[in-house]
Amino acid sequence: MTAQMTVEPAAAESTRTGRVYRPLVDILERADELLIVADLPGASADSIEVRFENGELWIHARVAPRPGREVAYVRQEYGVGDFQRVFQVSETVDGNRITASYDHGVLTLHLPKVEAAKPRKIDVRSGR
Amino acid sequence: MDIHRTNVWRPLSRLRAELDRQFGDWFDNVPLVSSAGQYPAVNVWEADDQLFAEAELPGVAPDDLDVSVVNNELTIKGVRQERLAEGATVHRNERGAGAFTRVIPLPYEVDPNGVQATLRDGVLLVSLPKHEAAKPRKIRVAATGATG
Repeated sequence: MTAQMTVEPAAAESTRTGRVYRPLVDILERADELLIVADLPGASADSIEVRFENGELWIHARVAPRPGREVAYVRQEYGVGDFQRVFQVSETVDGNRITASYDHGVLTLHLPKVEAAKPRKIDVRSGR
Repeated sequence: MDIHRTNVWRPLSRLRAELDRQFGDWFDNVPLVSSAGQYPAVNVWEADDQLFAEAELPGVAPDDLDVSVVNNELTIKGVRQERLAEGATVHRNERGAGAFTRVIPLPYEVDPNGVQATLRDGVLLVSLPKHEAAKPRKIRVAATGATG
C-alpha cells in the first residue's frame, strides 16, 4: 500500500527540539528521471515534508518518539528522532513534476528531467 | 601485417561491465552491516511485565522477514530486496541491500506463545511476555499497512 504525495509549497519551519537524524539515501539516475530513495522508518506520509526551492530539495520527517513513555532499557543501539536532509539538485530536474511516495518506511522521490536533458537518439542519415 | 581495429566503444562497455559487476555484487545478498557492525540495530526494553524488542527495517517486506524465539534468544532474519537500481546509474548508495541475521540475547526466558510482532512503516516491534519457554517457535509477523 503506498501513499501518494505531492510536493507542498513552502511551509513554516518546525521549532521542535529533539534529535534530528540524517537519513541514508540512494540516488539513482535513469534516462528520464532522477530517483532519491531515503530510509525514514517510523515516519508517516502526513509527517513527511518535501520541498523544492531554488534548486534545493529539502526532506523533513517528524517521527513520534518510541516508546512514548519512560521504560527501562535492556539494550539501546539507536535513537529515535526526526529526519532531515537537503540536496542540491541541478536545473535538469523539472521541479513542478516531482512526486513522492512512502511505503514500508522508505520515501521514494521521482525527479523527472526537463525535456532538454533527456538523452535523445540521433538518427544518422547517410549522405549520398 | 596486423590490422588493428579501434573500437571506440570498447573502453566504455568495459567500464559499464565493471560497474554492473560492482553494483550487481552489492545488490546480490551481500550481508548488510551497519556502522555499529550489526544489522539491524536493536533496542530492547522492559515495561508492563514484558520485554519489547524493536528494530528499524525500512524497505523490508513482511514476507521477507523471519522472527523467531527460543528460550532467551530472539532471532531477526530476513532480506531487503532492492530492484530500483536495475537499469539505472547509481550516483550514491548508502542504504545497501541483502540478507541479514541478528540474534539478540534476552535477559530471561519468555513465553513464545505470547510473543507478538508487528511491522509498520519500517519498524519491527516484538513484544515478549515473561514466562518459561519450551521450544523454538516461529512468530508470524502481522503487517499493519502504512498510513495514508
